[in-house]
Amino acid sequence: MLDNTTKEIRERKSKGLINPAKTCQPVGAMYAALGIYKCLPHSHGSQGCCSYHRMHLTRHFRDPIMASTSSFTEGASVFGGAANLKASIRNVFTIYNPDVMAVHTTCLSETIGDDLPSIIGGSEVPEDKIVFYANTPSYHGSHVTGFSNMTKGMVQHFSTATEEEKKEQVNVIPGFVNPGDMREIKRILSLMKIRYIMFPDTSGVVDAPMTGEYVMFPEGGTKIEDLKDTGNSKATISMGLSASADAGLALEKKCRVPNYTLNTPIGVKATDEFIMKLLKIGVSKVPAELEEERGQLVDIMTDTHFHFHGKKVAIFGDPDVVISTTEFLLSLGMVPVHVLTGTPGESFVKTITEMLDHAGLKANVKAGGDLLMFHQWIKNEPVDLLIGNTYGKYIARAEDLPLIRIGFPVLDRSVHSYLPIVGYKGAMRIVEMVSNALLDRADRDAADEDFELVM
Amino acid sequence: MAISKEKLDKMLEVYPSKVKKSRKSHIMIKDGCETQTIEANTRTVPGIITNRGCAFAGCKGVVLGPLKDMIHIVHGPVGCAFYTWGTRRNKAKTEDPAKNFLNYCVTTDMQESDIVFGGEKKLMNVIDDVMEEFNPAAITLTATCPIGLIGDDMGAVAKSAEEKYGVSVLHFNCEGYKGVSQSAGHHIANNVLVDKIIGQGEKEQADSKYAINLLGEYNIGGDGWEIERILNDIGYEVVSVMTGDGSYEDLKNAHVAELNLVQCHRSINYIAEMLETKYGIPWLKVNFIGIDATIETLRNMAMYFGEQDLIDQTEKIIAKELSEIEGKLEQYKKITQNKTSFCFVGGSRGHHYQGLFAELGIETVLAGYEFAHRDDYEGREVIPDIKIDADSKNIPDLKVEPDPDRFRLRIPEKLYEELKAKIPLSEYKGMNADMADGTVIVDDLNHYETEEFIKIFKPDIFASGIKDKYVVQKMGIPAKQLHSYDYSGPYAGFKGALNFAADVSMSFATPTWNFIAPPWKGEPLLDGKIEKGAE
Repeated sequence: MLDNTTKEIRERKSKGLINPAKTCQPVGAMYAALGIYKCLPHSHGSQGCCSYHRMHLTRHFRDPIMASTSSFTEGASVFGGAANLKASIRNVFTIYNPDVMAVHTTCLSETIGDDLPSIIGGSEVPEDKIVFYANTPSYHGSHVTGFSNMTKGMVQHFSTATEEEKKEQVNVIPGFVNPGDMREIKRILSLMKIRYIMFPDTSGVVDAPMTGEYVMFPEGGTKIEDLKDTGNSKATISMGLSASADAGLALEKKCRVPNYTLNTPIGVKATDEFIMKLLKIGVSKVPAELEEERGQLVDIMTDTHFHFHGKKVAIFGDPDVVISTTEFLLSLGMVPVHVLTGTPGESFVKTITEMLDHAGLKANVKAGGDLLMFHQWIKNEPVDLLIGNTYGKYIARAEDLPLIRIGFPVLDRSVHSYLPIVGYKGAMRIVEMVSNALLDRADRDAADEDFELVM
Repeated sequence: MAISKEKLDKMLEVYPSKVKKSRKSHIMIKDGCETQTIEANTRTVPGIITNRGCAFAGCKGVVLGPLKDMIHIVHGPVGCAFYTWGTRRNKAKTEDPAKNFLNYCVTTDMQESDIVFGGEKKLMNVIDDVMEEFNPAAITLTATCPIGLIGDDMGAVAKSAEEKYGVSVLHFNCEGYKGVSQSAGHHIANNVLVDKIIGQGEKEQADSKYAINLLGEYNIGGDGWEIERILNDIGYEVVSVMTGDGSYEDLKNAHVAELNLVQCHRSINYIAEMLETKYGIPWLKVNFIGIDATIETLRNMAMYFGEQDLIDQTEKIIAKELSEIEGKLEQYKKITQNKTSFCFVGGSRGHHYQGLFAELGIETVLAGYEFAHRDDYEGREVIPDIKIDADSKNIPDLKVEPDPDRFRLRIPEKLYEELKAKIPLSEYKGMNADMADGTVIVDDLNHYETEEFIKIFKPDIFASGIKDKYVVQKMGIPAKQLHSYDYSGPYAGFKGALNFAADVSMSFATPTWNFIAPPWKGEPLLDGKIEKGAE
């Protein structure tokens, strides 16, 4: 298993990647677009892009992922994709009849320089139907950037300030998280008794129930009138600098809705910050139910601290999720020693390093890294636990490490997309995952005489 | 339930007229009394929700990806490498685990500046890194969409890397926009494998007289290993497999085989044809899916070699394999029989699995291919009639000549002709011939048609891929992935058929289907009870 990965870390000549920890923008854009009610994402490029993104998203969510493609041929690549996009728009509304079509670009259409606004402007879009777009060049950033760009595209296209006074409502941009997380954030907002607009919101779309009937456009997703109304909200909470901040800032600029970028609310501290921000925005008090949940979480953390305290962790994944999870690991008394994201951006390194400094720790930290390097770090400084997406399982096997799957994509386990890692409840779930992984491991490794009933 | 032409026409009415015209030519209701043709390997209409992928997927993802002892460098932005990394279940093992590179994914991860200023230098640097980290005997460079557009000369990079390191560096101009589906990529990959790898080895003769290559077998779920086990038991020498669990080292000597077996006709028939022209190796269309098909294939192979000891050993192994599964299929058939299926897969399984379904008592009422050509439907005899359109013209057709030193007729011409009358030697009759009258054949089945045909036929099981699996299951119909086998397998051969039967019957038998309707729906909610003495 990964037998060619050496402990020696050689300086590589290229900035190419060996075992990437990121993928390309369009898949993130496709996922974000699924978070609009009755929206069909459209991939403006070759068929393969659309096919690959649908494949990966379907495997992660185990639910239908619908999207159309401009089906570029060589001719379209030479002469431009305008005719393909126009035909796509006509066919999509005639055959599939969504309310909205969210077009994202690919490295192909970006390289040939297709001008989306003018192509869409020149297309026959049926009355009451909407086509909007986001530029998502695959040769920049990562899938998280694509999610961010599509979310920002929603603001640019829909958000409008129509009222003199801002309404008593907040916009919440959850970032690139699972529908289970979005549901949990909404549950917290409901408990806090504040009116909110969440966008994008993939709950009810990619975690749709089994009813015996297939519905191409399920009930979930942010409604268009709500997307427009985001311009009238009194504040935006954008969760995660990488996936959500750009949309929040665009909304601030466009509609003067103050934006507050917070860490994704994973762990006790980040969830506290979210609640505190809601209080500052004007929610009057924290309901007893939520306070009780928090108390339960802290109770669990304290009661089980000896399961994980001081254990060394290697963690990789998307920046927003990794930042908050790392912070939670520190809150649990664990020791992150390798922290890596595939998404480029030095703010990740700065944020993690500051966190570690504060805890008096040092670690390997990198943005834009790959899993070959990550694995080599682990070989040089072994850890007790690995946290990451499914791709981590090869390293886990090679180094005989327990792995807990957090992030995108998770292709080899199920139910993960339904259950939250955010909020106090989500934090309980992470504690359970971490504890169980370590204890299962201890059980597996124990000698007969040390194998214990109570732990 | 059958479908009339009128009903089909009505179903297609939702399409804009141009789309309708196009789609109509890709759908046929089988009628054995007529000479029927079907349109295939033409463009998918933009905006249609298709299952098709691209040339890159066919080249790197399908044909090259499984070659285990090569480092496959994907030249482009990160995505294409990422999505073809471990996603296809092409299993492989090597004696020295360090010679298996399949768990490594290498990409130039092109950035905006590379698009603007060109990515050749970066590609060369990645090759340097790969040589330093892995020191492979051979490397592939595959192009993603932007490469052809910005004009990176991968051939020049490959050449200078070969000079620098003395290893084989092969480049494939398989940009995603080429052709109309994965099929273009198969062809591009086939050309280079014949041109640059096969025949590079020094072997002049195989180790034994029953030497074969297994073409178009990708070892999904271990199918190839199960086939090889049976072939080895009979006494065949498998020189190389293209490409499941295949290797550059084995491929180099593929020219020494006496016969090429073609499992997936669509993805590999170019190699089979070229090897026949270049080295004189005939090819046999085989099918190791289904018990009857496997037996027929094994007997055809024995007939080709024609020696009594081989024929006897073949029968002995068939009997042994059958005895080992005897009676075991029955328990599953109790569940599976008298059911109907849709069978829509890539380029050969849409055909192959119909036989296995039939053995389980499941009738295929609709079938099709995602990226096949007309010959996969109608048989190779239509090849001369297939008109070459602009999209096919862009894929170079490699012309090979008989190798002056190595061309050797494997069997005398007369025998060849005699055999041709009995076994599918260098011949494939296509899927349509095996389908019953009234069944529907659909090329490049799309989402709308999937939904509509399901409403009409109400099949009991839908065999397809991951993108429509959950669509179908939401309707309460079991969906069986026949690309990835739902992470199960092997399904090939005798024991594989048993695995398939177990999995398919499980998909019918799972109690989970019983819970779809909540108990409070459809039942009276007022639960009146008359108490004693109340009357």
